Parts: sequence; C-alpha cells; structure tokens
Amino acid sequence: MYVKKLPEYMNFAAPSCQGCGHGLIIRLMAEVCEELGVTGKTILVRDVACGGSASGAWNVDSITAAHGRPIPVANGVKGASPENIVIAHIGDGAAYSIGSAELVHAALRGDNITVIVVNNTVYGMTGGQMSPATLPAEKTASSPKGKDADRYGVLNVVDLIGNLNCTYLARGELYDVPAINKSKAMIKKAIQNQIDGKGFSLVEILSPCPTNLHMTPLKTKEFMHEEATKFFPLGEFVDK
Amino acid sequence: MGKITYISSRCKGCHYCVEACPKECVTPSGEFNEAGYETVKFNEADCIACGSCYTVCPDYAIEVEKED
Amino acid sequence: MAERVLMKGNEALAEAALRAGCRFYSGYPITPQTEILEYLSTRMPEVGGFFIQAESELCGINMVFGAAATGARAFTTSSGPGYSLKQEGISYLAGSDLPAVIIDVMRIGSALGDIFMGQGDYWQLTRGGGHGDYRTIVLAPNSVQENVDIVQLAFDLADKYLHPVIIASDAGIGQMMEPVELPDFVEEDRSKHDWWRAKGNTAGDAKNTHKISNVYYKMWDPNFCEQIGYTDYPTYLKDKYKAIEENEQRWESYMTEDAEAVLVAYGSSSRVAKETVNIARAQGFKLGMIRPITLWPFPVKAFEEAKAAKVFCTVEVNILGQMKDDVEAAVKHRVPVGFVGDFFEVPDSDRIIEYVKEMLK
Repeated sequence: MYVKKLPEYMNFAAPSCQGCGHGLIIRLMAEVCEELGVTGKTILVRDVACGGSASGAWNVDSITAAHGRPIPVANGVKGASPENIVIAHIGDGAAYSIGSAELVHAALRGDNITVIVVNNTVYGMTGGQMSPATLPAEKTASSPKGKDADRYGVLNVVDLIGNLNCTYLARGELYDVPAINKSKAMIKKAIQNQIDGKGFSLVEILSPCPTNLHMTPLKTKEFMHEEATKFFPLGEFVDK
Repeated sequence: MGKITYISSRCKGCHYCVEACPKECVTPSGEFNEAGYETVKFNEADCIACGSCYTVCPDYAIEVEKED
Repeated sequence: MAERVLMKGNEALAEAALRAGCRFYSGYPITPQTEILEYLSTRMPEVGGFFIQAESELCGINMVFGAAATGARAFTTSSGPGYSLKQEGISYLAGSDLPAVIIDVMRIGSALGDIFMGQGDYWQLTRGGGHGDYRTIVLAPNSVQENVDIVQLAFDLADKYLHPVIIASDAGIGQMMEPVELPDFVEEDRSKHDWWRAKGNTAGDAKNTHKISNVYYKMWDPNFCEQIGYTDYPTYLKDKYKAIEENEQRWESYMTEDAEAVLVAYGSSSRVAKETVNIARAQGFKLGMIRPITLWPFPVKAFEEAKAAKVFCTVEVNILGQMKDDVEAAVKHRVPVGFVGDFFEVPDSDRIIEYVKEMLK
C-alpha cells in the first residue's frame, strides 16, 4: 500500500539545481490540486526563469507570462475562463519588484486567483542578484559587500498588501516535514478559496536556493529557517 | 517495514532525505548517478514507512509503500 | 437584423467588438480613446462579458494575454503613450502566437505630444515596436462605418494567423459621429483553438498538455509542431509572415490609373486626400489616391496599378512623414516621393495641390 505516491501528471524531475525548493513547491501544488480534484481544470501561469522551468515538470496546461506579469495574466485567464482554477507561480523578484504594481492592484481588487510566491531572497536565474526580499547584509551578486538595508530596505508582503482586500495571506517554509506539511495546508486553503470564489489568496514560501546563496543544500535550509524567518515571520496573516 | 521506489537518475544529491529520516535508514550511497550526483541508499528493513523522505524530496525521486 | 444608428467612432468600435463575439476587455483611460473604456464599462456586463479597468496599460495588455491564451476573443485599447507601454505585451503575444486585437486611437507627437488628432504612431505600429523579430497586422479605418467593419475583420485575422492585430484609428475617426450600420452579433468559437489553447488538461499526460510558451523552445514542442505541420519553428514563423504579406494587403485606389500624381493617405487624412483628388480633377489636374487599409502588410500591389504616376506624395498628420519610407520602397525608389503634413490638422487641399504641382515641375 502506498504511503506516499507522486501525484499523477508528474513524470520527470524539475530541471532545477541541487536542493532548490521550486520542484518541491510544484509538487505540493500538484498534490493539493489532485486532492481537491481540480488538476484537470488547473491552468498554471508561470513567470520566466527558475519557477517557470521547474513547473514544466507538472503536466497541467500552463502559460508563460512576461517577467513580473503572471498576476495580470492569471487574472485575464480567470476573467475569460472562470471555470478554470488559475495559479500564478512567481518568484520574490517578480512579485515584489517588477510586478509589485500588479500585485498590489490584484490584492486591492480582490481578484479571485491564487498566487504562490517562491521567496528565496535572490533573483535565481540571472545569477543571484539582490531582490527586495534579500536580507540585510546578505551578500549577493549585486550586493557583494552585503545588502545595505538602509538604502534598499526589505519588503515584507504582509506590510504591502495585508490591509488591502486579501482573502488569505500566509507564509510557510520548507525546512522540515512539519513545515512542508504546513505550507501544503496553506496552498490548499489558497486554492480552496478560489474554488469557493472568495477572492485573492497569496502564499509565500521561503525556499532554499543553494546555488546562489553559495551554501550546501542543508546549510541553505538552515539559513532560510534561522535567518530569513527573522524578517519574514511564518504564519497566516489574513484568513477571511 | 517499508518499500521504497527510488529513481536514482532523478536524484540531485541534496541529501534532504538523509537528514529527514527519523530512523536513519537513508544514507549516502557513495555512488554517483549519470548526472554526477551522489545518490542515497535505503535500509528498508528498519524503515517505518513514515514518508518523510518523500515529503522533503524536491526531485520526485522517492515513493514509499508500507509492507503489510 | 443589422441596425442603422448615429454613433461616435469610438463607441461604434466598442459595440462592434461585442458584436464580433468579443467578451473580454481590459483598458485604461487615455484621450482620445477613453469613450471605448467608458462605453464598455456598462455595455460589457450587459452582454455577459468581462470588463476590467486595469491599473496601467502594461497590466491591461497582460490581462489580454491571459484571456487570449484561453482562446477567447480579447481586446484592449489605448493611444500613443499608452500603446508604448503595451509594446511589451504585444511582443509576447506575437512570440507566443496568440490572437488578440489592440486598438490605438492615435494622437500627435512623441512623449506626451498632445491629445489632438494625429497620426503619430505609424512607425511604432508597423515596425513591430517591441523587442525581437515580429510584425503585427495593422488595419487603418477611415470612417465610423469602417471602424465597425474592421473590428470583425481584425478578430478574424487574429484567429486565422494566431497573431496580434492592431487597429490604427485616430482621434478624428474616434471622435466624429456618423451614421453606421451595426452588424448582427456573432458568437465566439474557442473550440477551433482547442488544439493549442490553455483549457485544462484532463488526460494528465505530457502529450495533451498545452504549454503556452513565449520562448522559441516551442520548436521542440511535439504537439505544437505536429499541429502546425512544421518541425522547425523559425520556418513556421517566416512562412506565417510571408503568407500575411501575400494574402492580406488591403487598400482603396481612387482614380489612380491615369493619374500623373498620386496621394497616399490613410485614416483621417485620406478623407481630405480624396476630396483633394476631386478638387484637382475639377481643375483638370490628374490626381489620384491610394489609401492603404492595411498599414502592414503595406499594400505594395496597389502601386503596380498607378503606372502613369510621375510622383507620389503622402498626406499625414505628423511632421516627419512616417509613411514615406514605405511608399518609396513600394515604388522601388524609381519616382520621387513627397510628403505634406503637420501637427494639429490635416493639410488643406489647396496646399496639397500646390505641393504636388511643385513636385511635378
């Protein structure tokens, strides 16, 4: 008897780096959609770069949006085809920097879509540059001496859209089995909300990027758990 | 006792599963797959089929069955 | 039954889009196209469609991108400055082979320019405009009636070629009121796009997955290549543009056969150009006019008929004569090509006749 079986629709590994959290997040989405019985009508809208290529491992219909635009594209899909379940899968650079206006206004309108933000504190595909979610003093390719937080700040999505018209806003991590299970429960709630027509749901997942953080996969997990959570506390911040 | 389906060709050697196993049944194998990553090996006799290794695996390399 | 009503160009265009089966619109206010947004804010819900006022043109075009990816008939509208912002999304629509209609109700100038009637966007509309190798089909109406007729055509061409289609209207056409015959409603048919559109994969296998991709990796997508009958995506693209250039040139020729000089004008300025031809003919001056209806593909075939012409002259509402290059290429640089134009207004007939006569000397 299977205790743990991969969801259907997954038949090759995500083409990600060693220890990258993207593949795991894709699998959690796939598990949730299967459990909710909506895989066959799910449309995944992905950003370019790491998340976009990782999500290719999941055989649902998908749309690659321009960098930073998965949220309006998802909104367009939902508007034209409300019977589909639409998930925007996007990184911290796309969501909080180039796509921040789109994020704010989708939350303000309470668009009935699900957004999963993979926060690994850097721009992964371009080689680990500083993003709005880079921690203070964190060394990146474009902040080699450590991020000057007085100049650039650190953007917490809860501060940005927590008081707008979100139905669900939560942050999870991938540190260990309980943390992964909690993150999965958050994703499930965010998709269930869309099925129920309740409005805008966003789940941010702290995800390791060993390649660009220049640490071993296990050390990166440790870093995200110990350091990143100081600036990005875990939990459910809005749950209507 | 657990039964593990392990697709070693998908493994990227992150060893998250090694850390996650509560019974220390998963250990680095000392062998490398075609892509050059160090794979893992499973001690199925001591496995309690909790599924932790599956849960933490980012590369869809592991499935877990319980042997009745 | 078709109905005959008196309508403003912008509103007629909006109504025509609904009658062409379009049920998705996302827009943003900018003069002189704002009536389209306003009209659809109440009219779209009446017909059961999706209307949204986006937070920017960038967002508006990306919402259209999402809708188009589901095979829906979708459109957005803007004017020059906003159209510039839409260029990102238009490049992605072209690179993703998605059908959509984008309307530019042109004004004058670069930068903010001004809101007055103009034809300031010829270059950005016809040269692709965004990044990469692409062109869009560009249709230019010159009356409220043609505004209506061309919308249906635009959606049909977008569906036929899986490509973004632009309508180059201008403030003159958009703001004027004329009697217009509205066509009957047709229903959109997404099923013809079932072979590629994102609709949900119920089979669960890779073969039946539709991945709308904006990268040239789709040349390796067996589904897409099998359906289009090509193994090589760049060749498919080259052939698509070649087919559009071959099949879709549209124009109106007016007294060109015996004309010793031919005016070339589209949109609002073509109305004055046509009147100029009539005035010149009354004076015994053999003037003619070619009115491109497709700005791209440029109707080069039209110029084969104007064999007697010793000079050509474009009449435009801009200061650099943006269409002149295309006319020079169409006549293969064999005869002189002039340009009369200005900001703020279409040059009057006397000035045009005087200019062309000067060219003939």
